[in-house]
Amino acid sequence: MLTRDTRDPATLPRLLLSLLALALLWPSIRLSELDLSVLVASDSQSEMGRFVAAFWPPAHGAEFIELLLQATLQTLAIATAGMALALLLAVPASLLASRALSLSAASRAGHPNYWGQLLRWPVRGVLIFLRSVPEIVWALLFVRAVGLGPTAGVLAIAITYSGMLGKVYAEIFESTDQRPAHALLQSGSGRLAAFCYGILPNVAAELLSYTVYRWECAIRASVVMGFVGAGGLGQQMDLSLRMFAGGEVASLLLTFLVLVLFADQLSRLLRWRLA
Amino acid sequence: MNRLINLALLLCIGAAVVASFSYLGINLGELGDTGNLHHMGAYAQRFLSPDLSAGHLQAIGHGALETIAMSALGTLLAAVFGLLLALPAAGRFGWPLQSASRLVLNALRAVPELVWAALMVLAAGLGPNAGTLALALHTTGVLGRLFAEALENTPPEPADAIRLQGGNAVWAFCYGTLPNLLPQLLAYILYRWENNIRMASVLGFVGAGGLGQMLYVSLSLFQEAQASTVILAMLLLVLGVDTLSSWSRQRWVKA
Repeated sequence: MLTRDTRDPATLPRLLLSLLALALLWPSIRLSELDLSVLVASDSQSEMGRFVAAFWPPAHGAEFIELLLQATLQTLAIATAGMALALLLAVPASLLASRALSLSAASRAGHPNYWGQLLRWPVRGVLIFLRSVPEIVWALLFVRAVGLGPTAGVLAIAITYSGMLGKVYAEIFESTDQRPAHALLQSGSGRLAAFCYGILPNVAAELLSYTVYRWECAIRASVVMGFVGAGGLGQQMDLSLRMFAGGEVASLLLTFLVLVLFADQLSRLLRWRLA
Repeated sequence: MNRLINLALLLCIGAAVVASFSYLGINLGELGDTGNLHHMGAYAQRFLSPDLSAGHLQAIGHGALETIAMSALGTLLAAVFGLLLALPAAGRFGWPLQSASRLVLNALRAVPELVWAALMVLAAGLGPNAGTLALALHTTGVLGRLFAEALENTPPEPADAIRLQGGNAVWAFCYGTLPNLLPQLLAYILYRWENNIRMASVLGFVGAGGLGQMLYVSLSLFQEAQASTVILAMLLLVLGVDTLSSWSRQRWVKA
């Protein structure tokens, strides 16, 4: 007669996995000093409560609105100017780093020769370095080098985004159909002409939509960079937080939300129109 | 006509670029001035000799571990709370709860990590605890939304079958819905963890622990040699995470 087997065959692996997870979790809880109780502790709760209670109504004095408008415009300007500078760096760098314009690749089925590969690596390395250091670290460094204010933010965005744009542009050039450019190169045209007539027409839409997307990211980044003193909404938010001015923080957060939504819509419009 | 509109748009973009430079009053010529360049060069030069002494390296190792622990715990907490919020957000408990939980998720997601960190430093004090909570809060918003979308798109038949056999709702969820959903949830969690490691390394700028705090402190004390080692460590961490994730994606996630 069949009897029911109450043994679960998956018990042992599950038990061991859970133990392993716990063994890994414990040191990281210790390291990160995790303490959720701090959120419900009475003194911090009353402190936070007072702060959050001041959120309503959001600050809306004429003077503060003026300040807010200035900061918002500054944020937008930082993102736009930073992107313009980044493009100045990224376009030449991507042309240098891309395999698509290799003369030797044109006659070797798309594989550049050894020397061509070797010479492209330094440019790629620089681009990797530029984009791997987080933008806010660049901002912090530039604040020390050129002083507080939007200039540091513009330079930080220019540096990080030129790394990102350069890499992605180079990859976009390589991912499109290589035959037009190869044909032009093999019939003796210069590299720039081959790029303009063989590659650019195919990739222009993709380049544009990626650039507009990055501009949207730059707006978000420039808000955050203000926290280290690089101008814009972030700097104002840092000041208001330090003064425990809940109402001001609330209006700044609202402005930030509106700005992000606006950038989202604008980038959608631009991509739809131009791409 | 279409071309004309596009041309006008391009002109607007050009005007916006010029206007932003003039609004910010950035004088590129002045920035490229020899005296200014000299000053910046001298500043950059102080970063060229990173402090590689054993004591400092040990401190950096501790900071890096702290960063990784912060990101891991923050992501884990976010996964738990995200799933808890995703259930109502996917419409499991009726529309009032659905719109309420969506509002909460959107609000959590809309505030950047660094702003959460600054708020948490006020609430929880300086240190990695604030950073962990900040990451958990922001990531809860992101993961909750992704989880809710995944929940909505998962086929309901297995769970329905269990309900029809007499299983209760919890069993139906655990044995009917979750097994289908788990690979996707794990992929989202790992992707966010990767993002959070990068983020955790800079949260310290507002006092929330990890490598960022070390960098901020040593830059404030004008110890450029120590700061440049911290930047190198950040670079290694970011590159390591990038390589690991792209390798594992190629290895396990076949498109």
